[in-house]
Amino acid sequence: MDSAFDLLALSPPGWGGNLLMGLLRTLQIAVGAYALGLVIGLLGALGKLHGGPVLRWGLEFYTTVIRAIPELVLILLLYYAGTDLLNIVRESMGLERMDISGLWAGIYVIGLVQGAYSTEVFRGAFQSVPHGQVEAGRAMGLRPLTVLRRITLPIMLPYALPGLSNLWLITTKDTALLAVVGFSELALETRQAAGATREYFMFYMVAGGLYLAVTLVSTLGFGLLERRLRRGQPSQT
Amino acid sequence: MEWYWLPEYAPRFLEGLWLTLQLLGLSIFFGMSLAIPIGLAQVTGPWPLAWTARAFCTVIRGTPLLIQLWLIYYGLGSLFPFIPGIRESMIWPLLREAFPYAVVAFSLSVAGYEGEVMRGAFRSVPRGELEAARAMGMSPFKVLRRIWLPRALQNVFPTLAGEFILTLKATPLAATITVFEVYGVGSIVRQETYRIYEPLLFVALIYLCLTFVLVIAFRLMERRMPQRSA
Repeated sequence: MDSAFDLLALSPPGWGGNLLMGLLRTLQIAVGAYALGLVIGLLGALGKLHGGPVLRWGLEFYTTVIRAIPELVLILLLYYAGTDLLNIVRESMGLERMDISGLWAGIYVIGLVQGAYSTEVFRGAFQSVPHGQVEAGRAMGLRPLTVLRRITLPIMLPYALPGLSNLWLITTKDTALLAVVGFSELALETRQAAGATREYFMFYMVAGGLYLAVTLVSTLGFGLLERRLRRGQPSQT
Repeated sequence: MEWYWLPEYAPRFLEGLWLTLQLLGLSIFFGMSLAIPIGLAQVTGPWPLAWTARAFCTVIRGTPLLIQLWLIYYGLGSLFPFIPGIRESMIWPLLREAFPYAVVAFSLSVAGYEGEVMRGAFRSVPRGELEAARAMGMSPFKVLRRIWLPRALQNVFPTLAGEFILTLKATPLAATITVFEVYGVGSIVRQETYRIYEPLLFVALIYLCLTFVLVIAFRLMERRMPQRSA
């Protein structure tokens, strides 16, 4: 059993360093994709609530279709469609074709998928802001953007937070799907390590442990964040 | 867009569809059979049992399904041949197929997520109803069968329906361990015809239809459930 654990050493011939690099890439992609998803979600929710009929219909189509198709299929579709679109644009500008790097492609596809889910989370949270608050803000002469920044967002965030923390956990786990497409992150590094050493069981257990650690730390962090955002609100017992 | 390959591969897509539905049905069946005791253990079980159930849910929900699937198929699968005498046993033919591993992995996943849902469901049933049942002289098991479980399931049915749709959308992962369900057939077509978009779009369309059929089916089932009159 000694030799099996030697395989986890940080420097080659051990695979520990590769796994940690993979974990770092996973976290980079997850953070980037989550941020992109939040931006899309905020804009999407505002569009769904205040936009015209065409925008609303388009957003409804986006969230329904994205949420009805498996992530794996979407990741492939968005990846190919994205690279092709980018190259068409680049060729029309007289530039050479290029491949998107794994990191940016991962952020873009996962972010676009997460955007559909966070649109729904934000929409629900926006709707739970009492209307009187917004009216009061407007009556004070605040401009629409100031109302959004100082009234709607702070009131809405505690309602959105449980959904958002759930989405973050889903995002970190979704990055594993990128292994199927061939982006090197934790799941793919693990598969390569396991395949090269034939220690399948151990390496997948270690990878599972790493993902679990990310989840547990995140849950703790979101718990603290929620307590801070809810300060000043009556405690729920 | 070229669709000349569609008639040729249509029978294989049908086989893939059947495999997807089997995988979904079996995982929901076995998963829910595990989820109910797991939820119950967390609400009323003695602490070692409750603690184990809780840890199981945390681990399953905290790791990607893909890793669980690979751990069970490649990890456990690579350990089984070392068990002496297993090659001569009855279950060896099963252990050489990929499909049973997929069913086990997906069932455990369903058990983990739905065990957590069932925990909330059992807790949401008003105490008074359980006390009334006990006062009528029902045995604990009868209370569970007649009152507690039906009321709990009724409360969370919409949540469960949403979770089952998520399970459907996870089934393509089985293709990574050579179970050729709808997505797997789609990737075969992509390899053999060198078309990128058409097979993917076709697969996406199938899942879109499956999702909508399931959503409507669940809604019909929900409507048939006895409603609580205020």
